Amino acid sequence: MAKIYMDNGATTKPDSEVVSAMLPYYNEHFGNASSLHSFGQEAADALDRARQQVANLVGAQPEEIIFTSGGTESDNLALKGIAYLKKNAGKHIITSVIEHPAILNTCKNLQDDGFRVTYVPVDDQGLIDPAAVEDAITDDTILVSIMHGNNEIGTIQPIKEISKIAHDRGVLMHTDAVQSVGKIAVNVNDLDVDMLSISAHKIHGPKGVGALYVRKGTRLESLVKGGGHEFGKRAGTENIPGIVGLAKAAELAGQRLDDDASHVTKLRDAAITKILGSISESYLNGHPTQRLPNNVHLRFSYVEGESLLMLLDMKGVAVSTGSACSSKSLEPSHVLTALGIPPEQIHGSLRITFGRENTMDEVDYVVESLVGIVEKLRAMSPIAPKH
Amino acid sequence: MYSEKVMEHFSNPKNVGEIEDADGVGEVGNPTCGDMMNIYIKVKDGKLSDVKFKTFGCGAAIATSSMITELAKGKTIEEALEITRDDVAQSLDGLPPVKMHCSNLAADGLHAAIEDYKKKQGTD
Repeated sequence: MAKIYMDNGATTKPDSEVVSAMLPYYNEHFGNASSLHSFGQEAADALDRARQQVANLVGAQPEEIIFTSGGTESDNLALKGIAYLKKNAGKHIITSVIEHPAILNTCKNLQDDGFRVTYVPVDDQGLIDPAAVEDAITDDTILVSIMHGNNEIGTIQPIKEISKIAHDRGVLMHTDAVQSVGKIAVNVNDLDVDMLSISAHKIHGPKGVGALYVRKGTRLESLVKGGGHEFGKRAGTENIPGIVGLAKAAELAGQRLDDDASHVTKLRDAAITKILGSISESYLNGHPTQRLPNNVHLRFSYVEGESLLMLLDMKGVAVSTGSACSSKSLEPSHVLTALGIPPEQIHGSLRITFGRENTMDEVDYVVESLVGIVEKLRAMSPIAPKH
Repeated sequence: MYSEKVMEHFSNPKNVGEIEDADGVGEVGNPTCGDMMNIYIKVKDGKLSDVKFKTFGCGAAIATSSMITELAKGKTIEEALEITRDDVAQSLDGLPPVKMHCSNLAADGLHAAIEDYKKKQGTD
């Protein structure tokens, strides 16, 4: 049977070059980067090189890269790190209703700690109106955190514009760029952000490692207390193999960005056109053009997403859904809800996220499979119109 | 996550469809919640001679629908009313805990169809 992975928004296959780069740091160069002997210095050198490589991918300086355990920790560090440090200057944070749970639940946590959070809405294509951010800023606002590319629907936000608004009012700007880094050109100076979250496993790197870009001069309170690692912003002996893996993935992502982006854009556009053209009452979720190049997010009336996902899996195709039935919480996707999509249609949503290894033949196979599966489920559905 | 039995009934559900001249129809669930089930029954000599379903929902919802039709077919009305949600889940070698409540509607659907049948009998 075919084995086709089209869930690259969930995680990506580590590149073989990434794995090869990591192995020596398990097998031979196991030193602690804080040790002064030669074992330690090998690790410290690797750490320095890695910091430079990750900085290169986003146009940063190496000393502006803080290694973390992943995107979630980076988001936590950005929000709580600023909130705890600036709590006497202000207690108001602005974010959006479609953020990743790493941001939303951190915000809830901060609300419990006495901070005030404004969640700006999105339009029916998932775009934030920068004016809504501007209107929400008060003298008490210390941070704006808006994601770059949405993990579900792929909508890309006008971060540069929002950063300008924040900075004009003296407010710091963070963006969760976990889904956009490595997919589109991301430059911290162009976006004019003070902090930016990165995850390794979304760019063909290993799981359990990520980074937070923190602009020079931006102070934040470390959440993990211990030694003076990562410029005092994140304690703990560095995960050298993971960090080397992230760095290699970043280097490859930078080299391949143009090729990868044009490749997945072709797959994305072909998939959208073919599916919408061959399945009645199917719709695209998110923005038609302001979207991540690898993201296809659709909904099909009268069918439920978990069933779609499982039948596709039986045909060897791995995708994901926003249906409540597939989530641990049994809550329908907060992102699709924010777009104003009715609940029964949220249940019928499907996300396909392409990676560099997918092919046009695979797109054709998925389209063909999907046509049959939707037909089968609709024939079974009591809410589908009878033919 | 799902047992082999669930996967079997999900991928090849039994007795899918409507019964045009059904003696009773049970409608349970709600598409807003993600699961909706219609159970159709045909009654002959006090027994369920035919049972079919139409379901909008997840793998568990479809599998339980398929299973209830198999469990109920040929049973007397009284026997069919004794089939519980747990019976359906057990016949499928269990359901994931999160699915026990929301997607395990098939027994309710069958009972609703029988109620509908009884009501129609009473008004005839």
